[in-house]
Amino acid sequence: MNAPFQPDVISLDLLKVGTKARVATVDWAVLDEGEACRLRHFGFDEGVTVEPLHLGPFGRDPIAIRVGRMTVAIRRRHAGAIHVLPIR
Amino acid sequence: MNPHPLVAVAGSPNAGKSALFNALTGARQKVGNYPGVTVERHSGKLTLADGRPVELVDLPGAYSLDPASPDEAVTRDVLLGRQKGERHPDALVIVVDASNLDNHLRFCLQLIELGLPTIVALNMVDLAKRDGLELDPKTLERELGVPVIETVAVRRRGITELQAALDDMLSAPFCGVHEHVKSDLIHLQRRAREIATAAVISETPVRRWTHRLDSVLLHPALGPVILAVIMFVMFQAVFAWSETPKSWIEDGVAALSNGVTGALPPGLLRSMIVDGAIAGVGAVITFLPQILILFFFILLLEGTGYMVRAAFLMDRLMHGVGLSGRAFIPLLSSFACAVPGIMATRTIDDPKDRLTTILVAPLMTCSARLPVYTLIIAAFIPNTRVAWGVGLQGLVMFGLYITGITGALLAAYVLRRGVLKGSGSGFMMELPKYQWPLLKDVVIGILTRAQIFLKRAGTIILGTTIVLWALASVPQAGPGQKQSDVSIAGKIGRGIETVVKPIGFNRDISMALLPAMAAREVAVSAIATVYSIDSADDQGGAMKLQDRLQHRWSLATALAFLAWFVFAPQCISTIAVTRRETNGWKWPLFMVSYLFVLAYAFAGLTYWTAVALGL
Repeated sequence: MNAPFQPDVISLDLLKVGTKARVATVDWAVLDEGEACRLRHFGFDEGVTVEPLHLGPFGRDPIAIRVGRMTVAIRRRHAGAIHVLPIR
Repeated sequence: MNPHPLVAVAGSPNAGKSALFNALTGARQKVGNYPGVTVERHSGKLTLADGRPVELVDLPGAYSLDPASPDEAVTRDVLLGRQKGERHPDALVIVVDASNLDNHLRFCLQLIELGLPTIVALNMVDLAKRDGLELDPKTLERELGVPVIETVAVRRRGITELQAALDDMLSAPFCGVHEHVKSDLIHLQRRAREIATAAVISETPVRRWTHRLDSVLLHPALGPVILAVIMFVMFQAVFAWSETPKSWIEDGVAALSNGVTGALPPGLLRSMIVDGAIAGVGAVITFLPQILILFFFILLLEGTGYMVRAAFLMDRLMHGVGLSGRAFIPLLSSFACAVPGIMATRTIDDPKDRLTTILVAPLMTCSARLPVYTLIIAAFIPNTRVAWGVGLQGLVMFGLYITGITGALLAAYVLRRGVLKGSGSGFMMELPKYQWPLLKDVVIGILTRAQIFLKRAGTIILGTTIVLWALASVPQAGPGQKQSDVSIAGKIGRGIETVVKPIGFNRDISMALLPAMAAREVAVSAIATVYSIDSADDQGGAMKLQDRLQHRWSLATALAFLAWFVFAPQCISTIAVTRRETNGWKWPLFMVSYLFVLAYAFAGLTYWTAVALGL
C-alpha cells in the first residue's frame, strides 16, 4: 500500500470498543474476492464512520462493528485490513 | 396483459423479506429447489382484483447483483432472466429496512435500474420509529421514481396497500424491459446515502434497544452463560414436550397396523404393509415431534435475531476446527436429531463450511442412539459408583457423547484440510435488530420444514423400508426352517457377519445391522426379534432382553457395539435429507462411507483393546 503516511491511522482491530473512527483506507489486496465483496456490501468504504461495539468472548474474536446504521460481525483478521482514523 | 404474471420479492438480508412474502401469500406456499444448486425456491399465489392469479417468488436475500454466495447468484440470475427453471419476472417488490436505508437502498437502486415495474416496501417502519428515526416515503418515492409503501410485515401492516399498488401496477400496460443501465457499486452506494439522508424527517438520538440487549447477550462472560441456559431449555423442551405426541404417534401406528392386520387376509401383501411400510415408516415418524419442536426453537432463535448472536459467541471455538460460528446451532440441534440439524445448515453462507457441517452432523449423539446405549449399558456396565455422585453407567454414557463430539470436531478438521480444503468466506454477517417474530410466521416455517421432511425424505424412507422388508421376507421359510436363515436379509446378515467378525460382532448383531438402517433404535427391536424367533428352541421365552444379552455377548463385544453406534450412519432419514440438501448422491455416499469406515475402525479398536485387557 502506498497510502499517504498518517500518524494516527490504526487498524480497526486495534480500535477500542466504543470509539468512533472514520475509515481511511481498506487494504483490499490482502482479502480474497468474496471477503472484499462482502465488506463492500456491508458499506466498509473510505470515509464511513465505524465503531466497535462488542468483542467475542474467546480471544476477543470476532468483533461486532457498527457501520453506518448497520451492525456487522467480522473476524479480527479481516478487521486488520481496514485502517481507520479515530474521531476525537 | 400477462395472464399469469410472475412477481419477484427481492431485498437485502434482514429486510423482513420472508415475513412480507408470508403476509402476501399466507400459508399457500410451495418449496422446491432451483435446478443444479442447493438453493431453495419459495413461491406462493396471490389473486388480483380482476381475478388473475399472480405467482410470487421469494428470492434469496442479497446485498447486490454481484454475488458473494450461491444464494445471491440465484437472485441475480432470476432477476436477469438467466436462471434455469424460472421465468423472467414481470414485476418486482423490493423490500428495504426503513432503519437501514443507507445500505439497503444500494441494492434497491441497482434493482430499479433493471427497468421492471417495481414497488418498494419500506419495511419495519415501527423499528425505525423505536430507534427515533422518522422517514418521509414521499421523498423516497420522488427520488427513486417508483411507488413506496410503508409496511410492518411481521405485524401485517401496510399489506392491503401493497396489494393495491401491485394490482394497479400489473393492470397498467407495460412497454417492455428497457436496456439495463449498470452503474458501479460505489456510485450506487453514494446515491443511496444521499437519498437515505434526504428521506429523514427527524432523528432523535436514543440508546438503541438492540445495543442495550447486546451489551448483555454478547457480554464476554454473561453471553456464553445465557447461551448455555437457552440451549439447556431448548433440549429440555425437545425431550419433555415430545413425550406425549410421540406416544400418540406410536398408538396411532399400532392402531393402524392392527386395523390393517384385521382387514387383510394373511399373506405377503399384508406382511408388506404391516411389517414393512407401517412398521418402518412408523419407526421413523415417531421422531417427528422432536424434529418439529427443534424447528420451532431454531425458527424462534432465527426470527428474534438471537441465532446470529449465538454464532458470534461461538465463532472463535468453531473456527479452531475450520468451521464457522454458524455451524454451532445446526450441530447442537443434531444432538436431538441430525435431520433438523442438517436442514438448518442453510443459514451457513459458505458452501464448504456448510458441507463440512452437514458431513459431521451425524456424529452428534442423536436421541435415536439412546435406546441402544441404554440397553447395552444397563446390561453390561455394572451400576457402581466411581466417585461421589458419579456412577459408572453415567460415565460410560458421557464418554459416548464425548467420543461423538471429538469425532465430529476431528472429522471437520480433517475434511477442511482434505476434500473440502480452502478458506471459506470466513465469518462476516450482519447482526440484525432484535424483534419478536409473528407466531404465524414461525408456524408457516415449521409446516414448510415438516412438508419437506415428509415428502422428500418420506418417499425414500417408504421405499427403503419396503426393500428392507422384502429382503427379510423373501423367500418364505418352509416348515421347520427359520425365516431369519432362509431370507435374503439372513444371507446378507451372514455376509455381514464375516466382515464384522474380526471386530467382535456376533450373528445377532450382524442380523440387526441391516434393519437398523431405517433408524438406529430399530437395532433394539431387531435384536429382540432375532431372539423371539429363536426363543422356541432355547426355553427362555420369558427372559428379559437385557439378561439374554448378558448370556450371549461378551463385554468386549458389547463395548465394540457401542463404539460402532457412535459413528455408524444408520439412519435413512439423515441420508435422504443429506441428499436433498447437497443436491445429489455424491456427498451422502461419501458421508455414509467415511462414517462406516470410522465405525468399523473404532469398534475394532475397542474390541481388540478390551480383549487384550482380558474383558
